[in-house]
Amino acid sequence: MAKITVAVDGTTYQDEVEPRMLLVQYLREKVGKTGTLVGCDTSNCGACTVLFDGVSVKSCSVLAVQADGHEVTTIEGLAGINGELHPVQQAFHDKHALQCGYCTPGMIMRSVSLLKENPHPTEAEIREGLNGNLCRCTGYQNIVAAVQQAADALATAGGAR
Amino acid sequence: MTTTEAPPAEIGRPRTRKEDQHLITGHSTFTDSMVLPGMVHLAMVRSPLAHATITSIDTTAARKAPGVVGVWTGRDFPEQGGLACAWPITPDMKSPVHLPVPTDTVNHVGEIVAVIAARTKAEAVDAVELVDVQYSELPVVTDLAAARDGSAPVIHGDLGTNVSATWVFDSGAAGTGGDASAAIEAARSDPDQIVVERTFRQQRLIPAYMEPRSTVCDPNGAGDQITIWSATQIPHILRTMLTLSQGIPEGKLRIIAPDVGGGFGGKLEVTPEEVATIMVARQLGKPAKYTETRSETMMAAHHGRDQIQHLTMSARKDGTITGFDVDLTANMGAYLALVGPGVPILGAFMYNAIYKIPAYRFSCTNVFTNEVMTDAYRGAGRPEATFAIERMMDELATELGMDPIEVRRRNWIRHEEFPFTTVAGLTYDSGNYEEATDKALRHFGYDDLRAEQQRRRESGDRIQLGIGTSTFTEMCGLAPSRVLGSLSYGAGGWEAASIRMLPTGVVEVVTGISPHGQGHVTGFSQIVADRLGVPFENVKILHGDTNISAKGLDTYGSRSLAVGGIAVVKAADKVIAKAKTIAAHLLEASEDDIDFAHGSFTVRGTESSVTIGDIALATFTGHNLPDGVESSLDSEAVFDPENFSFPHGTHLCAAEVDTETGKVTIRKYVAVDDVGVVINPLLVDGQVHGGLAQGIAQALYEEAQYSADGQLTSGTFVDYLVPSAVDLPDYITDKTITPSTSNPLGVKGVGEAGTIASTPAVVNAVLDAVRQFGVADIPMPMTPARVWQAIQDGSTAAGSNSSSTGGAA
Ligand code: FES
Ligand code: FES
Repeated sequence: MAKITVAVDGTTYQDEVEPRMLLVQYLREKVGKTGTLVGCDTSNCGACTVLFDGVSVKSCSVLAVQADGHEVTTIEGLAGINGELHPVQQAFHDKHALQCGYCTPGMIMRSVSLLKENPHPTEAEIREGLNGNLCRCTGYQNIVAAVQQAADALATAGGAR
Repeated sequence: MTTTEAPPAEIGRPRTRKEDQHLITGHSTFTDSMVLPGMVHLAMVRSPLAHATITSIDTTAARKAPGVVGVWTGRDFPEQGGLACAWPITPDMKSPVHLPVPTDTVNHVGEIVAVIAARTKAEAVDAVELVDVQYSELPVVTDLAAARDGSAPVIHGDLGTNVSATWVFDSGAAGTGGDASAAIEAARSDPDQIVVERTFRQQRLIPAYMEPRSTVCDPNGAGDQITIWSATQIPHILRTMLTLSQGIPEGKLRIIAPDVGGGFGGKLEVTPEEVATIMVARQLGKPAKYTETRSETMMAAHHGRDQIQHLTMSARKDGTITGFDVDLTANMGAYLALVGPGVPILGAFMYNAIYKIPAYRFSCTNVFTNEVMTDAYRGAGRPEATFAIERMMDELATELGMDPIEVRRRNWIRHEEFPFTTVAGLTYDSGNYEEATDKALRHFGYDDLRAEQQRRRESGDRIQLGIGTSTFTEMCGLAPSRVLGSLSYGAGGWEAASIRMLPTGVVEVVTGISPHGQGHVTGFSQIVADRLGVPFENVKILHGDTNISAKGLDTYGSRSLAVGGIAVVKAADKVIAKAKTIAAHLLEASEDDIDFAHGSFTVRGTESSVTIGDIALATFTGHNLPDGVESSLDSEAVFDPENFSFPHGTHLCAAEVDTETGKVTIRKYVAVDDVGVVINPLLVDGQVHGGLAQGIAQALYEEAQYSADGQLTSGTFVDYLVPSAVDLPDYITDKTITPSTSNPLGVKGVGEAGTIASTPAVVNAVLDAVRQFGVADIPMPMTPARVWQAIQDGSTAAGSNSSSTGGAA
């Protein structure tokens, strides 16, 4: 067992974990962050994507012990304190960018990170940027449109978030 | 009339979804996220072999492993019953016993041979490796043709054959058309006719919903209730089938489908995993959960498609079709799935598609192999049919040197000919193929792309352009119960709904359909808001829990709107009828003088009115009701359609083929769909987009491959190529609207249209680009390697391919 201290969505947690425990298991099973989902066992689908010190990672390809001393933001920590949606969340709703919603937490977290890396992406850059996240429902067109809307919204807001 | 302003019609509005909020904020309720006190976690020991006798299982070490609560082999479940197939397509259909946890023999890789329950999932998984199973290997069958012709070893010895059933439709015998065999024979010796014969392979696909399947069972409910949460499309059917196959009294079972992460037919199943979870929970008297890994989904959940299609078409040299013969070999896998045998049969009525074919014959032979079962996958039988006919229309055009659109025009049903009874015996109620095609051609810029294609050909450009067409129709809205009965299906096709008018103005709608991403909560809210004249926000849709929605037949076959939505309308109409009686009483008028519009009952020619909400409150208080009228507006309805609905459309694909690498890029994709009246264009577009992605994926990317010894070699997302955003184009979608006449809303279905239409459009486009090199066919998926090789070989890389013109040619 290893002792870790991790900040998840603004709360600090201290836990004993098995060294082999994946971050996604830690988030779901120990911290109760079931908003983060698991879609595969080969790190292909991106359903488990979270922000690790502000940068998107697939939490199934990170060990919980690697998160010791770091900050993790999940889909559950993205909206404002009063429930105000993040512009990417709002855009996914406005553009009908989700159907079953299973890929959605990962898609949203990856999109947030993508827009930090590249605030004004072209359509091709968005598609390239989401290459590691699979969606079986939407055919991606509305996801691309949502990221475009969010880019505009963030630009208008001065990229504050 | 009334002084109330008419609210904007909800039907037709692009409402954003009511379903989204909890999904975008991470408050989802997918089954695997559920935790119950004292719950045990399960892991499965699965067969690594495709066909073997289990000679021994030693569970001693696993039982002693930390945290392990129990280990079960098939013999430890004396209560288990064989999983049922609900669709005996012929009276003599052969069906092997399919135990959830087999006791003696495994028939495909991934079958469960032991179940482990432990305190944590990790402990259960650790113990899997400690179970020692000894097998004695048996010969493996993976070749469909050999399974059919009897040259392969028999898999299920007691059945004596690998052929499960052969189902035949012959328009001559049915009286719906001529004798196709005779028509084709005649054409062979007719100098004015041509006979085109092709064999296509419908590869095996994996539904690949993003949420792996998961089941939680709590056996300890009050009053002996067994509560089951499952990632399923079919809570109601699951309940009935658990009773029929496992003998658990239906009254004890409560099935809940919480958030379900996609299905596409893949969660239309009663699974061994569900039954195993229930059996463990009941034996232990503790809640149990089983969630599969992605690899387990790929290996053990049902697959789709997998057919050999042998097609023979005769036509006059002006392009008019004179006969069509379809001979299928369909791979059932090792057992018959819930509706697996019927899936290819659903296509039987669609091979004639939108065309006036005078003579038609369909024959399908279902065979067993040592592969996982096949069953419904988006479109179920109809994508296979549409692929076959739309590929054949292009083959016919090629043979005759005609434009593929022109060949279609010469054969399709003209809009003034509806309703039209087809050679397969269905009556298409409405459609306008000319309008949809003309619209698609305009969006596409057909003539310009043809000109560019010519230029590229002449200049020998590395990138060659091809244009593919698919003018499709489908039958959806499963289904008229009588038709299902005539096909020996084990259930009806009705759907149920009920409406509860709460005193505070909320309208609760309970529906028997069970959505998993489609947006029914939003769409049904729009329908009810319009029908009852109440605000969209006041409508609450309940579904997916058999204790709340006691009656239903669930979601598949593009039936939710065209059948389930109509049940909701019928229930709303009953509410209005009940309310009208009370309105007349409250307004002191004759019921004959009362009009209902926009939520208000008005006495004709006066200003006096009362709203439906007022009446709901009046029934709540019950203070002032007419004599003998019950104090409730609540109503129930069941709708059984008289006919299917027939969405149609024209899809056009321009594909670029890099002749040096074989890589295919979709340059332009236009989909003009006619799904009848549109309730919510946002949802319709979403369904079309997602459908297109899956259809394009069949053409270009996806294939479940088995090795000769029955190992699934495409068992993860590394090898099974579910397309990502970079692999798919931007789609241009548009609509034509010819209302369906088989239901009061004029709606058709939309869930499967994109998948059904797109595969042949893409394949036709790629072939159109490379035929000039002598390529006749390329098997799906059209990977760069296959396309490149086909160009090199300059000939077909797949199947047989022959054509003959009649005598004088
Ligand atoms: S679960 Fe992490 S990438 Fe699929
Ligand atoms: S919305 Fe279902 S997988 Fe993306």
